[in-house]
Amino acid sequence: MATLVYVEDHEGEPVKGSLGVLSKAAKLGDDVVAVLCGSGVEGLGEQVGKYGAARVLVADDPALEAPLPQPRVDVLAKLVESEGFDTVLFGASVLTADVAAGLAARLDAGLNWDLIDLEERDGKLVGKRPALQDSVLLDVGWKSEPRLALIRSGTFEPVESGGTAEVAKVPVEVEDWSKQAVMLERAHEESEGPSIEDAEVIVAGGRGLGKPENFSLVEGLAKALGGAVAATRAVVDAGWYPYASQVGQTGKTVAPKLYIACGISGAIQHKVGMQNSGTIVAINKDPNAPIFEYSDLGVVGDVHEIVPKLTELVRAKRAT
Amino acid sequence: MKVLVCVKDVPDASAPKRIDPQTFRLDRSVPGALNDFDTHALEEALRVGAQEGDGEVVAVLMGPPKAADSLRKALAVGADRAVHVADDALAGSDLVATSRALAKAIEREKPELILFGQQAADSDGAVLSAAVADRLRLPVISQAASLELADGKAKVKRQTEYGYDVIEAPLPCVVAVSDAINEPRYPSLKGIMGAKKKPQDSVTTADLGVDPEEVGETGSRTEVYAVGEPPPRGESRRIEDNGNAAEAILEYLSEKKLI
Ligand SMILES: Cc1cc2nc3c(=O)[nH]c(=O)nc-3n(C[C@H](O)[C@H](O)[C@H](O)COP(=O)(O)OP(=O)(O)OC[C@H]3O[C@@H](n4cnc5c(N)ncnc54)[C@H](O)[C@@H]3O)c2cc1C
Ligand SMILES: Nc1ncnc2c1ncn2[C@@H]1O[C@H](COP(=O)(O)O)[C@@H](O)[C@H]1O
Repeated sequence: MATLVYVEDHEGEPVKGSLGVLSKAAKLGDDVVAVLCGSGVEGLGEQVGKYGAARVLVADDPALEAPLPQPRVDVLAKLVESEGFDTVLFGASVLTADVAAGLAARLDAGLNWDLIDLEERDGKLVGKRPALQDSVLLDVGWKSEPRLALIRSGTFEPVESGGTAEVAKVPVEVEDWSKQAVMLERAHEESEGPSIEDAEVIVAGGRGLGKPENFSLVEGLAKALGGAVAATRAVVDAGWYPYASQVGQTGKTVAPKLYIACGISGAIQHKVGMQNSGTIVAINKDPNAPIFEYSDLGVVGDVHEIVPKLTELVRAKRAT
Repeated sequence: MKVLVCVKDVPDASAPKRIDPQTFRLDRSVPGALNDFDTHALEEALRVGAQEGDGEVVAVLMGPPKAADSLRKALAVGADRAVHVADDALAGSDLVATSRALAKAIEREKPELILFGQQAADSDGAVLSAAVADRLRLPVISQAASLELADGKAKVKRQTEYGYDVIEAPLPCVVAVSDAINEPRYPSLKGIMGAKKKPQDSVTTADLGVDPEEVGETGSRTEVYAVGEPPPRGESRRIEDNGNAAEAILEYLSEKKLI
């Protein structure tokens, strides 16, 4: 196997998820090459080399400064063609999903996404992919090369192999249409807002709360339990609650002892941020909501009725 | 301005979902529904279409004949015209094959803005928009939490792992919208009645100039080898609220020594 692992970077650091995928690839195969794309990222090459890459290729160009997908597709397509990689792996993120999908179209290459494991079976690469709200686990593969895969976020931990890699710059040529999207403002870590990562109890609210004011229900319960408040992306995007409290793929990863989900459907992207919670209680009025697939206690009912009552009961109990 | 929206027919949320153990494909014989995530794309198309005056909103769907119901719903909600990409040769298409057929269908329409939903509820990919954009050689912005059009450009707020980016691209471009971008409207009775009279084209691979070998199962580059059970997750309990759910939750928390 000649594997290329795309290593995403953010604020001068390689992203943990990419390093995890790199470590996994190094364990699986012989010739693992990592690629960094950015502006002023050459210095990260050495650090990336510690996670099992034999070589680190660096595409360093102002056209790659903003974390936008299309210029990266141009770079990767040329690399795959010139170096003959048969496999390209990505740790899933907002950026890499678009890069991988664009590359799949460009190279007519198969893309398997949301993988939670990779193995070699009789010389064949096989991915494990949960589907249908994680109710089945598929063995998936590729009919041709190159094989592209997006690994579900948080799947593999980075492991330092102690190795060093040869770091080499590669030429960057970007297509005209790839330069048309431009970044006007770049996301930066928002520091205000409470820290939910250390909370032992989290009460989370989703769109099922109906309107922003109803977050007071969730806040009331959280207060009674001595916990913190979290939210889904749907309500954060809608401006109901601050980004700092978002749990999931593009938010925080939490693992409290108790997670109470109120009016949350339980999309995979939410699940990846909270599935390691000790006990998960879900309240949702839709008996088919995916969240029930992975709750310890699933309550089919209306949050507006149940949450205030529960808050009262908790308060009363704690007062005794 | 002409806005094109890609919509998918997915198994209805309440339908039992399964992978056919013979074909390893999703069993699509169950009742279908318009992908919820796409109702937001449609709403956004209607909004920006209306904002630009004499706008036209075209809904495009690739899927089997029965998926026409979902297209009709898009018309009932307000799309002006529908294009159904339907051909037996398309069955079993993966990302590579789907993006090939859809890109051809979009090219024919020459829209100024192409909208996608955030993800298809049956595949959770959130990948098609970028693949189609690459084939069309158009800029793409995904995960749009807000969309503004001005001076021939689309300006988008996009959430990433670090907060919100603001990205701009000239039209025509491809934008995939988040499910928080708007509150989709429901079809009115008048809309439902009127939908039947709106133009609905059905196009085949031949109409699109797509080689049938390059789509469907033969044109796909991924495959499924086996369907298995997910790792088990301890015991789980389910209750229906009969007025005493709060008590039941409290009891459960006490039992688990969580309170
Ligand atoms: C790349 C990517 C990254 C993403 N990252 C994240 C992330 O980090 N975090 C995240 O959360 N999502 C993320 N998402 C979005 C995710 O796919 C879902 O869209 C989102 O989680 C849905 O949020 P929700 O559950 O609040 O809303 P909905 O899906 O709308 O669910 C609302 C639920 O409330 C229930 N409900 C309604 N009324 C009531 C009531 N009165 N009582 C009880 N229940 C009620 C409904 O039955 C429904 O199940 C991401 C998506 C993508 C594509
Ligand atoms: N068969 C299809 N026909 C038309 N549009 C589709 C189809 N499949 C997916 N889409 C669009 O692509 C978006 C993302 O789908 P996916 O990448 O499969 O999760 C959906 O929200 C739809 O807007």
